[in-house]
Amino acid sequence: MNLIFSIVVVLLLILVPLIGVGVLGLTSLFSIYIPYLAFSIFFFGLIYRIIDWARSPQPFKIPTTCGQQKSLPWIKHSRLESPASSWEVYLRMFFEVFLFRSLFRNLRADFDGKRLIYGSAKWLWLGAILFHVSFLIILLRHLRFFVYPVPEWIKILDFVDSFFQIGLPPIYLTDLLILAGLTFLFLRRLIDPKVNYLTHASDYFPLLLIIGIATTGVLMRLFFKPDIYAIKELAHGLATFNPTLPKGKISLLFYIHFFLVCTLAAYFPFSKLVHMVGVFFSPTRNMANDNRMRRHVNPWDYPVKYTTYCEWQEKFRDVMEEAGIPIDEDWCKEAQKQA
Amino acid sequence: MSKLPKPDELLKDLNLHKTPSKHWMDIKPDFRPGTYCYAVEPQVMEDLGRPHLGKWQPHDEKWPLPEDWKERILKAIRDRMERYRSFRLFMDICVRCGACADKCHYFLGTGDPKNMPVLRAELIRSIIKGEFSFFGKLFGRFAGARPLTEEVIKEWYYYFYQCTECRRCSVFCPYGIDTAEVTIIMREVLHELGIAIDWAMKPVRFSHFIGNHIGLQPHTIKENIEFLLGDIAEITGLNIEVPINKKGAEILFVTPSADFFADPGIYTFMGYVLLFHHIGLDYTISTYASEGGNFGFFNSMELAKKLHAKIYEEAKRLKVKWILGGECGHMWRVWHQYHNTWFGPVDFLEVPKSPITGTVFEHAKDNKIVHICEFTADLIAHGKLKLDPSRNDHIIVTFHDSCNTSRAMGIFEEPRFILKHVCNNFVEMPENTIREKTFCCGSGSGLNTDEYMEIRMRGGFPRANAVQYVHNKYGVNTVACICAIDRAVLPTLMNYWVPGVEIAGVHELVGNALVMEGEKERTTDLRYRPLLGKEEEV
Repeated sequence: MNLIFSIVVVLLLILVPLIGVGVLGLTSLFSIYIPYLAFSIFFFGLIYRIIDWARSPQPFKIPTTCGQQKSLPWIKHSRLESPASSWEVYLRMFFEVFLFRSLFRNLRADFDGKRLIYGSAKWLWLGAILFHVSFLIILLRHLRFFVYPVPEWIKILDFVDSFFQIGLPPIYLTDLLILAGLTFLFLRRLIDPKVNYLTHASDYFPLLLIIGIATTGVLMRLFFKPDIYAIKELAHGLATFNPTLPKGKISLLFYIHFFLVCTLAAYFPFSKLVHMVGVFFSPTRNMANDNRMRRHVNPWDYPVKYTTYCEWQEKFRDVMEEAGIPIDEDWCKEAQKQA
Repeated sequence: MSKLPKPDELLKDLNLHKTPSKHWMDIKPDFRPGTYCYAVEPQVMEDLGRPHLGKWQPHDEKWPLPEDWKERILKAIRDRMERYRSFRLFMDICVRCGACADKCHYFLGTGDPKNMPVLRAELIRSIIKGEFSFFGKLFGRFAGARPLTEEVIKEWYYYFYQCTECRRCSVFCPYGIDTAEVTIIMREVLHELGIAIDWAMKPVRFSHFIGNHIGLQPHTIKENIEFLLGDIAEITGLNIEVPINKKGAEILFVTPSADFFADPGIYTFMGYVLLFHHIGLDYTISTYASEGGNFGFFNSMELAKKLHAKIYEEAKRLKVKWILGGECGHMWRVWHQYHNTWFGPVDFLEVPKSPITGTVFEHAKDNKIVHICEFTADLIAHGKLKLDPSRNDHIIVTFHDSCNTSRAMGIFEEPRFILKHVCNNFVEMPENTIREKTFCCGSGSGLNTDEYMEIRMRGGFPRANAVQYVHNKYGVNTVACICAIDRAVLPTLMNYWVPGVEIAGVHELVGNALVMEGEKERTTDLRYRPLLGKEEEV
């Protein structure tokens, strides 16, 4: 059900520009107004989310310690897994955000007869890395459409990415890798019963959406080449806030690709995709394990009523005297005076 | 109470790769005896000035929820979302990748998909979407959203009291989503209606009014200690005194109260006492701050703070220089990650410095509390202890890392360093079951009650299974640990899964090994078991 729902939604999304541009000829709507709207939602939505998280207080310092704490000088502490200083925290975050370190730890538990065994399970990590890194490189590569002249580093990126010179025009390595990663992540949700059980339609949807974007992109690159100059003209106009409809005719395939990208951008801030930014705020990862060294202040801390020593002593005075446990009159007199 | 199935039968139908045919939102929890904890007695809540539902039990078809239950719950959730970035963020960013799914000991022992940490969090995430989000309301189940109903409250009770806040899932989560944090907050939310479990709340009442979880009054603590000192005298020939509420002592020593009276915690206590005597430490214990553990933490943050405020008042009153804490798991989570925030700045104490070695405990310079294993490891490293590890030759030891000290503190090397110096036979369990990947005892976070035995044995299974492995392979007969709840519940778990394995605190083994000045030749360990080669003399 969840899967069918997501497929239907993505197909409908493909239909929108097909009808909008192909039948109704609303070219400026799909090349100017919708993109601006979508990217405004993306931009302001994300800023809203960031401010929202940043403003909410983190009352306690709760790092998950995955390694030896810093304690006695002769015990080597784990800088990455139990960071005790800011730069160690940055290091931990770097490995977490760019290399998915926690995911790299992944294990698979299973029964071997009556014994529970744990095997290494790095496939999820590999699939995730392939997808995310490729996505990032593809995004950067796309800058060549928006800026003119194209900076040298993008040209180099482009060159390296098509280094293997397979086909003509050469296939981008990242195009293959992102599709491989996406396919793995998608199949995993279908095949692994546990993951399948916990998957919502809202988990299939972004995967399918991105698969749609990547596929239309690859199709344009390899088989149905659109008018690149017209697209550059459009992209450059959009990027410089001077949007113009290009003179050349742009293919429908491009409008599908572009509309799906706009959908992804607009959907982003309100979905689980915000993990991209949220991960930076994760208190179990971005706080130092230095609780006893440096005090963390809770902005909404409030005093609580507890049983004071004097109340307690009054209650047990008799048994304490009998047992020869010292009674402290001075402290209670002092406390009374202060009250 | 229900009858617990035999070990062979308990996991017979367990299949980690089979999921129910129904959607999880359509499955109601089955309040089957042995799988849930009893509800709190109303008088307990009354005494503490907390709301309650009167007399009821979770298996009741209709729960006596107050008329405005829904508003109160939603308000409580909103309030937590405003006050905890952690909670808000964890609700927002989960991508349901499933990396956590088979990391939970309860999932591994029950196969129940709602014990996958991701689904445990979905139990509340779905409500936040379904009640607060426009798109959630619009798309419903497709977006993973659902409305709040009385059935959901029951489900929360069932599953947020089927999580021991062990944080194992948070080690593996790519975003560090911590189910413990979610469980802590959701238990607090349920508390707003007065929904709580009896086993976790009675100790709170005792601790608040009397000073410790079991309600030991000051004279009883003293008597118990004297009784243990009698045993020490018999075993070592030494007459030792334990200072009680001594003003002006250098160090206040606080340990979980179970160490005063419960087997096998008492042997750990005897170990502490021998150690302190051995080095001539100027310390005191307190009958007012007589609880290091904190069951308040298993109910709400406010209760937790309430219980431990005593420790700092006592340190101030007794004019000690710093505080030394005994072996305990959740106690150290609270001491390490919360105390300094709640009770700081602790400017009335001094930066902890070992009076024996002169080591300044820089890592505890602000909060002024030191873990006994840090303290002892430092003593051993400086050669200040006279040890005879052969006195532990009758045992083969492995070390169980407690969840809290592992994943909310990171104390891994200190206890191992100590063990390697006090025993000759130390082996590790398989690497994916120790240190930060350690498994919970299955009974933590206030769930160590008898009526919950089936789930405890299931949840403790992964831990027991790893012990079984080293028991078969190396003949391990003792699991050392640094947690009072472990000491209370692992014996039951071992009897069930791996009979013949005993549980000991690290300092019990220290106590065995310490060569004390003026002692007679020992023939038994602190449990009156004959030492290797001394069987005939006993």
